[in-house]
Amino acid sequence: MRTLFYLLQKEFIQIFRNKTMLPIIFLVPLLQMLILVYAATFDVKKINLYIVDKDLSSTSRQMVSKLGGSPFFTITDCSFSLQEGEEAIMKDKTDMVIHIPRNFERNLMREEHNNVQLLVNAINSTKAELAFNYASMVIRNYNNHIITSWKGIPDFKPLNSVEIDDSYWFNPELNYKFYMAPGILAILVTIIGMFLSGMNLVREKEIGTIEQLNVTPIRKHQFIIGKLVPFLFIALFDLAFGLLIAKVTFSLPIVGSLGLLFSFAAIYLIGILGLGLLISTMCDTQQQVMFSGFFFMLIFVMLGGIFTPVESMPTWAQMLDRINPIYYFMRVMRMIVLKGSGFADLKNEFISLLVFGITMLSLAIRRYRKVA
Amino acid sequence: MIETYNISKSYGEVKALDQISLQVGKGELFGLIGPDGAGKTTLFRILVSLLLPDKGTAKMGGFDVVKDFRKVRDLIGYMPGRFSLYSDLSVEENLKFFATVFGTTIEENYDLIRDIYSQIEPFKKRLAGRLSGGMKQKLALSCALIHKPEILVLDEPTTGVDAVSRKEFWEMLKNLQTKRITIIVSTPYMDEAGLCDRVALIQKGKFMALDTPLGIVNSFKYRLLAINASNRYRLLQDLREWNNTDSAFGFGQDFHVTFKNDRFEKEELFRYLSEKGHTDIRIEEIDPGIEDVFMKLMGTPDKPQKADL
Repeated sequence: MRTLFYLLQKEFIQIFRNKTMLPIIFLVPLLQMLILVYAATFDVKKINLYIVDKDLSSTSRQMVSKLGGSPFFTITDCSFSLQEGEEAIMKDKTDMVIHIPRNFERNLMREEHNNVQLLVNAINSTKAELAFNYASMVIRNYNNHIITSWKGIPDFKPLNSVEIDDSYWFNPELNYKFYMAPGILAILVTIIGMFLSGMNLVREKEIGTIEQLNVTPIRKHQFIIGKLVPFLFIALFDLAFGLLIAKVTFSLPIVGSLGLLFSFAAIYLIGILGLGLLISTMCDTQQQVMFSGFFFMLIFVMLGGIFTPVESMPTWAQMLDRINPIYYFMRVMRMIVLKGSGFADLKNEFISLLVFGITMLSLAIRRYRKVA
Repeated sequence: MIETYNISKSYGEVKALDQISLQVGKGELFGLIGPDGAGKTTLFRILVSLLLPDKGTAKMGGFDVVKDFRKVRDLIGYMPGRFSLYSDLSVEENLKFFATVFGTTIEENYDLIRDIYSQIEPFKKRLAGRLSGGMKQKLALSCALIHKPEILVLDEPTTGVDAVSRKEFWEMLKNLQTKRITIIVSTPYMDEAGLCDRVALIQKGKFMALDTPLGIVNSFKYRLLAINASNRYRLLQDLREWNNTDSAFGFGQDFHVTFKNDRFEKEELFRYLSEKGHTDIRIEEIDPGIEDVFMKLMGTPDKPQKADL
């Protein structure tokens, strides 16, 4: 016990003497919460629109002004040639071209229907889909409007229509930041846990102090726990710090119990720290730790559902997520923070993270050899 | 205290140690001399239980280094060749840390390290990384001694340390020897061999000789001449070209030369050198030193050794 206490004391002295450590502890959460959460948004706000209006009638102009009046669209240019519109898409100067054919108004009145064409730049399919949906919604509304005014019916409504009444639960304003923040925090905790611990252990190898330590009677588990505990505290501190930043800057609602959240974080971190230490027992330099760490991190994060819902991934990817700790932790974060889930709702995640933690830690202790 | 039987260790194709057997008694100061890459560090790492031998057994204080490695680790103090203390901890913190992990305190064993530690104690608040080379060695020795080991294993403790500190360091070892501590030390410097009770010359994983320094010197049965002339560089070339020369190495100002056939007159060699145009030629019969023996045993005149030039 005394040995462990001194190991920990030594680690903390070294951590706080390390000049790059304090900036990492404070700057990483600050930057992640203030930059990533704001930047990584799926809200599509500014869609550039190119108008090819060959009709120039009052109807076509009204329709264009409806589109231009929508907060989603910015009309960047217009011309009378569809070819020029297509070129604008080619040159990436616009996201969407709306093509209104000649005699649009006349034919609409005479034949009671007519077409407009929407050309959408679909390099980013999500954005393209949203742009198309926004535009068709504006055009449909305008369509309803002209039916009423031309036919003289007070507010057109199809018969027997089903009314939709929506209410978004757990994030009523569909604030994307609320969705991202817990996810980003999960990544933050992972980075701190996986890299700091791994780099620290391998540094002892690089500078040769491990040789001296290995001939001491320090036991394997004491050594690994001595490397694990300091970074567990740092990561938990960073989680608290990140939550505080989120609360202060964009009033992230924290519905669930903080105690439960931190308990889960601690269990998760034991696994992640264990993985970091496991990697470093197999590496000889800090570079190797960085590269192998990043490899795991990227796969875990992408599969874990930071941006895309895991449920819409292919089945094999969902199977992989069964062994992906970030997947569980991200779920836990979102469910506790946004939904206020209790322990009973998270039993499955609890067991999975516990298994992961115990596995990684015992592997790390086993793999760490004092003898070559 | 230290016993090994036929220890072998290979790294892939390279045989780092080839059937090494060795016995060191209690309180002995044993030296392991050999050029870089001879296998000194490998042998030491096996002795301190950091490396498993491929073949053979080793015992430290009666405990097998593989089976009873825990007991061995309590028994030994190890100072690796590279400075391997925490450079971001202070002198005092380092010492305290190693004392604690061995379950002791600085005060308890202060007697043992007093002579050494008192020299660096004025700098005890300084970070270990900011110490000079000699002070680092003293700190490392203090840390290796703090748990009162019975056997001290020192891997090239004087490499990269200035001449004065080297001398001091050996005095400290002699001092520790009076406290009945068994010491095994490796060094690439042959002049340090004479300071040990017994030495082994190791090359390419094999012992070339193992005896007291005196015994080793006495084993040298060849005629040895010290030769000097004004143009040292050309002299060495011409000496090596002479058909009776077996080896010629620089030792300080002179060249020490051994011969294929020892039965010849000094004047013969003098004449040869004069014909080659050398002036100020001085040829002297000398008694061999321990370095001469090693150079002869290693017998690789084409490859420059540490003592060469």
